[in-house]
Amino acid sequence: MSDAVLGERLSPPRPNRDGPQGAPVRITASLDQRLMQAGLGLALGFLVVALALPMGVLLVRAFEDANGAFVGLANFATYVTSPALIRSVWNSVWTAGVTTLLVVPLAFAYSYALTRSCIPFKGAFRAVMLLPILAPSLLPALALIYLFGNQGMLRWMLFGDNIYGPGGIIAAQVFYTFPSAAIILSVALATADARLYEAAEVLKAGRARIFRTVTLPGARFGLVSAAVVVFTQVITDFGIPKVIGGQFQVLATDVYKQVVGLQDFNMGAVVGIVLLLPAIGAFALQRWAEGKRSGTLTGRAVPYVPRPRARRDVPLLMLCLLTAGALIGIVGVAIWGSLIRFWPYNLTLTLDNYEFSRFDSSGWGAFSTSLELATLTAFIGTAIVFTVAYFLERGPQASRIARLLRGTVGLLATAPLAIPGLVLGLAYILFFNHPANPLGVLYGTLGILVLNSLVHFYTVGHLTATTAIRQLDPEFEAVSASLRVPVWSTFGRVTVPICLPAIMEIWVYIFVNAMTTVSAVIFLYGPDTKPASVAVVHMDEAGQASAAAAMACMLLAATAAVKLAQLLLARLVDRATQGWRRR
Amino acid sequence: MSAALETLAVGGKPLPTPRSAYLDIVSVGKVFGTFTALKDVSLTINEGEFVSFVGPSGCGKTTLLRAIPGLDPATTGVIRQGAREITGLPPAERDFGIVFQSYALFPNMSVAENVGYGLRGPAWPRARMTARVDELIRLVGLAEHAHKYPAQLSGGQQQRVALARALAPEPGLLLLDEPLSALDAIVRLHLRQEIRALQRRLGVTTIMVTHDQEEAMGVSDRLVVMSRGRVEQVGTPEEVYRRPASAFVAGFVGRSSAFDAVVEAAPGMIVAAGHHLPADAARGLLYGTELRVFVRPEDVRLGPAAAGLPGALQMEVVHLEFLGAACRITLEAPRLRLEADASPDLVQALGAVPGVMLLVGVPSERLMVFKADV
Repeated sequence: MSDAVLGERLSPPRPNRDGPQGAPVRITASLDQRLMQAGLGLALGFLVVALALPMGVLLVRAFEDANGAFVGLANFATYVTSPALIRSVWNSVWTAGVTTLLVVPLAFAYSYALTRSCIPFKGAFRAVMLLPILAPSLLPALALIYLFGNQGMLRWMLFGDNIYGPGGIIAAQVFYTFPSAAIILSVALATADARLYEAAEVLKAGRARIFRTVTLPGARFGLVSAAVVVFTQVITDFGIPKVIGGQFQVLATDVYKQVVGLQDFNMGAVVGIVLLLPAIGAFALQRWAEGKRSGTLTGRAVPYVPRPRARRDVPLLMLCLLTAGALIGIVGVAIWGSLIRFWPYNLTLTLDNYEFSRFDSSGWGAFSTSLELATLTAFIGTAIVFTVAYFLERGPQASRIARLLRGTVGLLATAPLAIPGLVLGLAYILFFNHPANPLGVLYGTLGILVLNSLVHFYTVGHLTATTAIRQLDPEFEAVSASLRVPVWSTFGRVTVPICLPAIMEIWVYIFVNAMTTVSAVIFLYGPDTKPASVAVVHMDEAGQASAAAAMACMLLAATAAVKLAQLLLARLVDRATQGWRRR
Repeated sequence: MSAALETLAVGGKPLPTPRSAYLDIVSVGKVFGTFTALKDVSLTINEGEFVSFVGPSGCGKTTLLRAIPGLDPATTGVIRQGAREITGLPPAERDFGIVFQSYALFPNMSVAENVGYGLRGPAWPRARMTARVDELIRLVGLAEHAHKYPAQLSGGQQQRVALARALAPEPGLLLLDEPLSALDAIVRLHLRQEIRALQRRLGVTTIMVTHDQEEAMGVSDRLVVMSRGRVEQVGTPEEVYRRPASAFVAGFVGRSSAFDAVVEAAPGMIVAAGHHLPADAARGLLYGTELRVFVRPEDVRLGPAAAGLPGALQMEVVHLEFLGAACRITLEAPRLRLEADASPDLVQALGAVPGVMLLVGVPSERLMVFKADV
């Protein structure tokens, strides 16, 4: 090698490090990207009109008097000085607290039995656990009234006391919130790493110590989530306290009383905001717990497989049998009660209670309204929720506008989880019923019910869709672009087929909830659009408990049928499109 | 020697030279928020060439690869493909095929459907498409697996499907983003030779990103060594190995021992930790210049072979590693540490076990010296 080469080696030709950079690049967005951006723009418009503006109007109304003049905090001052209203806050909080303390340990034990023991019939127990989700919350309340109400068969067990009040509310809420807690906890307990248990055993830890140091910490965020979800569900539920609460006032019934009874929309808005606070707090806590939960299980984890052990399995089996028996019993009593001629004096069976036109002017029409409402909401909602989630995950992210759009739409899509149905319903009346609102034509139509239900149940579907889409390889769209296949083609040929199970899940979730919800729609239905769940409340108010139970049973029958259809369809779809999952 | 090695590098066939420029990257920069991922990168890639981007993680090699197809477009500069400027174009309007580390195969489609995914539209009538899919599947040796789903294939087979899918629409440029890093060692070696053979057969210009420099040296016509968002050196594997352009390249590519030294008054002499060594590369440097010196282990001479070399010194064997074809010996003199490779026979002949003193020398042209960072 010559010296010249060596000299060059010591001072190699380098690009000028601090010299001028190349000219800025003007990036041309592809048609795909522009379409997705436009789609996100539409989603933003939709969520603003259907969620942000109504909630904004609700906030403003809390600071106005009946004539629309700004009164500052006067409404809030009236609120805190009304002993009856303040008492409801306390009533709501303590019934929710007691329910949480009862449900979470019970659901934990039940889920523990399903995931960490060797009891038989796990599939059946799992199915029974989901039963209350399919029923309107009114159903357990009606069943409890059959058993312990003024004409209850088991009223003697209360020693002259009365089911109408906090006891009844808590009992019905335990039934109603049990599946939510059990689902969260069985997910938390299902994902265990067997190697942690092996390590603990090798280190000679006893069973109690392993439970305390491995099992509980692994499930602690699940426990937080479950407690938060149960607490919020109880505070924001309207159906149960309405039917079984008697004179015992809670926040949810206060909103209804202020708005429907007293026509005081401003005070209704104030109570609505008070009701919103615990829900938002719970939402924040939940997000925190979820953020903490990620990363506890790595891809290399070895799944835990329980070994039979009678001293653990037999008591857990007993517990599961008792719990499942109680769940089935409650539903059974409601069904039986709906078939009885005159409870409890004439116990002959009859279908008379199902002739709804005898009890309520809407008759069977309410049921078909509900079916129509739920089906429409499920179809429209699933399409919107999944497409928007896809745009959010795979749409343009480079420009500042794109990032701002994504952030805002993402926030609005998760916000409905923190908004109780009653508050959203109230916000809808205030917004759509406003004389200056051109969208007021929707008021009282099926359209507003669909829109409201769609927004009310948006978030869970959104999260399901996001999770499913995130499991897909992030480079699918890049591969398509390199092969010059437009993104919607890949969406249709790859994304949707792979996500079909999640899409069906979203559809059923929206359908079931739109069928059973009372809280949001009770403010919004019109003379021809009364849903069945509201008819249940009305018939119960009119003293027609049997007819109310009959209608609640019809709702349960419809949701259960849809759920069964989903399971069957899932199996068919699985055979047709998911063959690739099998090795 | 150099010509012989170059011939070796392309598998016995002489390089078809000269080739025309196909991809021209001029002053390309990329900024993510406040982080500068690429700074003023310029590079020309010739038609039919196989170029690898190597560098430590975070050096910008993947960023540069993704800027070329516009998956993460560059913020400044110009990229030309053929005669066309493509810097800001959307990916679908460029001409490339890409293979990702994860393969990104569509799990719900069979091998044949995956390969045919991009063969749609008027240019690909059914008969032509089927013929092309068959051809490619045969080319990558998966003829009997055409109707299987990706989940039913091994990692190496999945990678071949991804390669066939990328090549199906006859792209002018093939991009490989760490294509082999998810595979185990034996499959990797086999597949990289297959990719190279296929690339040469089709003559498609190819860019590969890899963190495995041995892989890059084994298959590439040229390497682009990158560090902290800049190109450190562009050259054939042999150039980069033998004549690194910077201390970074010398340290990153291949194995070497490094030590500090200072230029002495006598021309071509340096002093390191009190040991005077002749180094051709230090000729013409100012007396007193501080240096960083690199020595490849195979350039270190031991025992009788070192006897004639000026600057040979006695060093103690402190560690011995048996690697099969060679032994790696760690040698120490006061404040100087070197690694040397020797055949097991030589090690035995020298009796080089830890504790033994050996005569050690390095030919003066094999010391790679760089001005120390000031």
